[in-house]
Amino acid sequence: MTDDVLRIRQPIGVTYTWSAGPGSAAYLRGLTEGKLIAGRCPTCNQVYFPPRNGICPRDGVLLTDDVEIGQAGTITTFCIVNVPFLGQSIEIPYVAASILLDGADLAVQHLIQGCPVDEVHIGMRVHAVWKPESEWQATLASIAHFEPETDPGTGGSDRIDAKATNRA
Amino acid sequence: MRDIAIVATAQAPSRTATTLTTPELLVPVITDVMARLAPAGVERSDIGFWCHGSCDYLTGQPFSFVAAVDVLGAWPPIIESHVEADGAFALYEAWVKIQTGEVDSAVVFSNGKSTSAPADLVMALQHDPYVEAPLWPTMTATAAMQARACLDAGVVTGAAMADVAVRNRRNAMNNPLALLRGDHTRDELLSSPMIHDPLRSHDCAPITDGANAVVLAAGDLAASWCERPAWIRGIDHRIDTQRMGARDLTVSSSTMIAAERAGVGHGRFDIAELHAPFTHQELLLETALGLDPEVTSINPSGGALCANPQMAAGLARIIEVADRIHDARSDRGLAHATSGPCLQQNLVAVLEGA
Repeated sequence: MTDDVLRIRQPIGVTYTWSAGPGSAAYLRGLTEGKLIAGRCPTCNQVYFPPRNGICPRDGVLLTDDVEIGQAGTITTFCIVNVPFLGQSIEIPYVAASILLDGADLAVQHLIQGCPVDEVHIGMRVHAVWKPESEWQATLASIAHFEPETDPGTGGSDRIDAKATNRA
Repeated sequence: MRDIAIVATAQAPSRTATTLTTPELLVPVITDVMARLAPAGVERSDIGFWCHGSCDYLTGQPFSFVAAVDVLGAWPPIIESHVEADGAFALYEAWVKIQTGEVDSAVVFSNGKSTSAPADLVMALQHDPYVEAPLWPTMTATAAMQARACLDAGVVTGAAMADVAVRNRRNAMNNPLALLRGDHTRDELLSSPMIHDPLRSHDCAPITDGANAVVLAAGDLAASWCERPAWIRGIDHRIDTQRMGARDLTVSSSTMIAAERAGVGHGRFDIAELHAPFTHQELLLETALGLDPEVTSINPSGGALCANPQMAAGLARIIEVADRIHDARSDRGLAHATSGPCLQQNLVAVLEGA
């Protein structure tokens, strides 16, 4: 029995040339220049960041306008990651959050650093902290993380209603 | 059974190595196919069901088809589905959905970006993962094995295969959407480079990117949306075993059964569009379907041999027949679509103008 073949290893692989598509070009180029470029729908005026293939999912039309949006925004929801996993690059516990950037209608996911995890809250104002310019690439990872705009300990003033800024 | 017809179609021009993403390929065809129905006052909210055919292995991205829903403007929410197959099989699903009475109309769309990776290798992954796939049987190599078997059995000849390419490329000269076209002689093609013996370059379809869409509607709705609907009078699909060695590769049994079930024998056809990415396969299909090229114009579009966006080329055959019925160039046409290696699965549809 011990000589029976119970498993075989058959490594096969295909190499792809992946195209991000013209609808994401302005967004990706912006990230190499320290800018956040979103796409606006000509039909419903929603501003998408990231621009999702350059298509408005409500109207099924191409996003025609590139719009530079703000580098600060509001946390709409978050979670505190406490579980270690293979390949983890950030020390736990850390916060992953949905952030509605000023001028955008779609929240984007990113890391929150720069304050104790138990001080993060929905409605908190945060701003982008970029990696050194020499490390900027066509990826959202050019932003190292987001951190609180004001001292979260003061409370109150930054606790705005996330929904109020979200036209969705 | 409900009467169901194709009432509108749209196709993107075939191209190679597009930088468009799947959703970006689909935006113009969905927009175009709906625009065809605008004179009848039809809007997206009037569509009962949306069904998509594509292959994540070609895109190289798991669940890539989900992004295609963005193209549909799915707000308020819609009923949609996807098949990991050619759009012709998505059309079958939509046809069944309409037959159930749950909906009265559907948009069927498909896309293939065959140039993101070596398509020949990608399609090796459609074989069973234990015995055949580890051998990397590329699409062209398995087709060459089939062609060899057919030559050996005497069911095709090299000259007849070249004639298929001559005819398709000549027909494609009238098709602005095709990738290959031209006026060639048999001898000229027979001196073209050997790809996988016995297949020469003219025997193989070009690797193509493309997208297309159709609208289906039932009964009176179809008649109110389209002046001359292309009625689907019969449709069926059958599949041969996945085990290449257990099939007789020199006949297409599944095509013969699908043809009988679709009512192919009930009259003559003006046109037939056959989804044959290799020349010998077109000859096998002509035999299986009982088609006489003297009676029926075969592949007036130039067929898959002149433009082969994988996962869309089968639906393209149905579109080419429907278009000719819509503008009364044809009264009765046959459309065929295939899937899997060496004509493993075959769909046959009979379309009529009345």
